[in-house]
Amino acid sequence: MSTGENAVAPRTWEAHSRGERLARFAVYLVTVAAVIWSARFVEIIPEFLYDAPQQTVDLFRRMWPFDWSHYPKAVHAALIETFHIATLGTLLALVLAAPVALMAARNITRSRALNLFATFILVSSRSVNSLIWALLFVAIFGPGALAGVLAIAFRSIGFVGKLLAEAIEEAREGPIEALKATGASPASLLIKGYWPQIEPSFWAVALFRWDINIRESAVLGLVGAGGIGVALEAALSNLYWDQVGLILAVIFAVVIVVEIFTSAIRKRII
Amino acid sequence: MTPAALSHSRAEAFPANWLKRIGFALLFLYVLYAMSTLEITWERFVTGLGHADEFFGRMWPPNFEATKLDLLKTGMIESIQIAILATFVGVLLSLPLGLLAARNLMPEWVSWTARGTIALCRSFHPIVVAILFVKAVGFGALAGILALIVASMGFISKLFAEAIEEMSLKQVEAVRATGASFWGVLVMGVLPQVMARFIGFAAYQLDSNLRNSTMVGIVGGGGIGATLFTAYQRFDYDFVLTILMAIVAIIMVSEIASGWLRKVFQ
Repeated sequence: MSTGENAVAPRTWEAHSRGERLARFAVYLVTVAAVIWSARFVEIIPEFLYDAPQQTVDLFRRMWPFDWSHYPKAVHAALIETFHIATLGTLLALVLAAPVALMAARNITRSRALNLFATFILVSSRSVNSLIWALLFVAIFGPGALAGVLAIAFRSIGFVGKLLAEAIEEAREGPIEALKATGASPASLLIKGYWPQIEPSFWAVALFRWDINIRESAVLGLVGAGGIGVALEAALSNLYWDQVGLILAVIFAVVIVVEIFTSAIRKRII
Repeated sequence: MTPAALSHSRAEAFPANWLKRIGFALLFLYVLYAMSTLEITWERFVTGLGHADEFFGRMWPPNFEATKLDLLKTGMIESIQIAILATFVGVLLSLPLGLLAARNLMPEWVSWTARGTIALCRSFHPIVVAILFVKAVGFGALAGILALIVASMGFISKLFAEAIEEMSLKQVEAVRATGASFWGVLVMGVLPQVMARFIGFAAYQLDSNLRNSTMVGIVGGGGIGATLFTAYQRFDYDFVLTILMAIVAIIMVSEIASGWLRKVFQ
């Protein structure tokens, strides 16, 4: 290319190619169309809206002052149950997710069909909400903590399994090849080659999911799967709003404490 | 040197970590203790498996009757509308809230107030927020939309604020040095650096709102969750299975779409 040519036709600088701009424009267009479509057809009953501020004020007035005497009677035991449900559910999820993650990781399972099958399990687990998992397990095992633990575990498989599979795929090949060269068995490869590499992210994922599961298990009781949600559901259906307020405040406090606790641990292990 | 002496001089390849073993043992003991307090027993599990057989028998085959499919379609469309509106409004509100919460752009008292608001939005499960909104604005899609807006604000603003805090300040200073106003700095210095990530978060949130909109119906927030809960309470388990299959399918489609969206804005 000669310099003369450049001088004649000044170059125009563009951040994006024509295709990129077209794609972006299409996204904007689809967004606007989708929002307009949703806003026009979603069913909103305006009569309900007129007294909304009044209802909200009424709600908070009925909540305050909290019924503190209710805490030792019903809330404390339910809170401990929630804690156990979240922890057991997370541990069970780790156990169940490990084989699925191994199946989904492309460097361990060299079969495209099996990879896809594992990914399908992970996506299904994630797309069904924990509350819906709880509905199913309540129908099978009856109301109680067992259904809650299983709901938490099945919802978490997708999350834990996906992140674990990614961690396994990122593992370096060097140590694995070294072990292979010594004639190590597949089990030793996993335990001495992969596990030390993914262990930090394994515990980080476990901690992260436990934090989420504490929140989730607090509401599972709404459909009868045990924990503090059962107390919440009872207070709601009896219209004891001062008890509802107390339970919400307790959930808020626990979530804050757990968040401080997990971020402190995370800082120490990472 | 004898072979025995040679092996002594080497460190053991995989030394036992007793601290870790004790940790695992304690974890195991905790599991036993927690299971006993929750009254989770093997017999209960086995009895449940008997029920599971019956339950799945009633679920299979999924119900594809035309009237049921109509119900499914109405519920699903409402869920999608709830998710779209909640994401749109949530994203619009998160943009200023995230900016206010960024500690490198705002004075301390502003960022702490914004951070407090975000923490409040995040700490309640969307279902609890939905219960409160159902009481405030009545049953229906609006309560669900409002609940998911709160959830979106909590999630997007937090990540957005973190993205702004991680950005390079050099470009901001360069724009500032030209004498640009606060808005100029924002539009030319800050947004170009963080917009791609912001759109990534928004795409992820659309996904997550779609997932959650299948759930807010259980407490009266409209959408497919309401259809599902009604079917469940009427023991129409075969229709429940149809709805679950539809939810999984739509989430898969939306995951692919949001992956594509992220690619467009990279």
